[in-house]
Amino acid sequence: MKNISTLFYKGKTNLIIGRSGSGKTVLLKAIVGLHEVDSGEILYDGRDFTRMGQKERKGLRREMGMVFQGGALFDSMTVEENVRFPLDMFSEMSIAEKQKQVDFCLDRVNIKGAHQLYPSEISGGMQKRVAIARAISLNPKYLFCDEPNSGLDPETALLIDDLIHDITLDLDITTIINTHDMNSVMEIGEQILFISEGEMCWTGNKEEILDTENQKLQEFVFANKQYQQVRDEKRRNNPEKI
Amino acid sequence: MYFTKIFTEIESLGINSVGIVAIISIFMGGIMTLQVAYNMENPIFPTYLVGLGNRDTLILEFSSTIMGLIMAGKIGSNITSEIGSMKVTEQIDSLEIMGVNSAAYLILPKIIAVVCIFPFLFILSVFFGLIGGLIVGPAVGAVTAADYLNGIQYLFVPYYVTYSIIKTLCFGFLIATIPAYFGYFVEGGAFEVGAASTKAVVNTNIMILVFDLILTQLLL
Repeated sequence: MKNISTLFYKGKTNLIIGRSGSGKTVLLKAIVGLHEVDSGEILYDGRDFTRMGQKERKGLRREMGMVFQGGALFDSMTVEENVRFPLDMFSEMSIAEKQKQVDFCLDRVNIKGAHQLYPSEISGGMQKRVAIARAISLNPKYLFCDEPNSGLDPETALLIDDLIHDITLDLDITTIINTHDMNSVMEIGEQILFISEGEMCWTGNKEEILDTENQKLQEFVFANKQYQQVRDEKRRNNPEKI
Repeated sequence: MYFTKIFTEIESLGINSVGIVAIISIFMGGIMTLQVAYNMENPIFPTYLVGLGNRDTLILEFSSTIMGLIMAGKIGSNITSEIGSMKVTEQIDSLEIMGVNSAAYLILPKIIAVVCIFPFLFILSVFFGLIGGLIVGPAVGAVTAADYLNGIQYLFVPYYVTYSIIKTLCFGFLIATIPAYFGYFVEGGAFEVGAASTKAVVNTNIMILVFDLILTQLLL
């Protein structure tokens, strides 16, 4: 990956979009430190992650929550234990306080009556929601989601998008989402970074994306004819903008 | 959290292996008794030597090394497939993101558990092996129960037990670490996890035999 320089904003859902294999997941994993970068800086509120020692990194990682593509819930733990795990590891809360926080997080993602079930016993959509609950259990400052609605039906995908967007606003956190789903882009894309073949191609927001002149982005966006119609309609209504 | 995990691992890797250790050891002891009796049919040898032969074979080699090889298959493949599956489903990445030292959290409790439980499995194996000999020897008329019991107490060298316990501690370490390494660094999917599991067992078995040779030369 090269030539990537961008800002992600607090209190907004920041999207990294691109085709499959364009490098979205690699970029996201580089941002959170799961992949080492050869050169450049990754700044978290001015703190350069690439120059941090192990101890500092650990401290910063406790301010992060991440939702992986497959959920990455711990198979050997129940839904409740999965959400409680970060609290058991890092918080000084009493057992009652931890339980209250677990219940709050699971309520926040609308999980009811599944506390004692194992990840294999719940649906893909529920697994994603539990993963979100686990990611927010320590009240993170930064939330990362790697294709949070992949493999889900359109309705559930929309619910997950809205949930992440609402959590971002409620907790006033910086959320970065990887996606190739144009529905997500048009629904929650407040700040968008488009990458292609490992390079940054375009940045903007969902209002600007349909008017883009970038050839690669046009190919990506208008692969779905629905958005071509939306753009054409938009241009008919605002002819001066063409 | 880590402390609780050690006990969970002792249960899943150690206590749950007691059944297979008992079954294998009973058969191993019975077969060894028959083999020794068959090779000592000459009346020049007193029959209590059957018990002695079975005891020393179990203590010196079978209950430590052979049990180690069998446990490498059972425990080793379990460790590789568990950690490998966690790796390919991003559960290990998930731990790292939380700021948890994934190797320390996943591997260290397994090493401690296996190293702690292995000497006990060895002692159980010797016990069940001797019981196996006591059942089979008199049952087939190879040795009387009294001669067998006399034999297993005759010329007992306590250092043999010390030597074997040192070996089992070493084998326990190998059985936990080598498969953990293969699981932790696996890349790909289910196929690669299976392949890593096979590689881990083969390499652990080879290392057990190499260390058996080295420790025998050093300690006996």
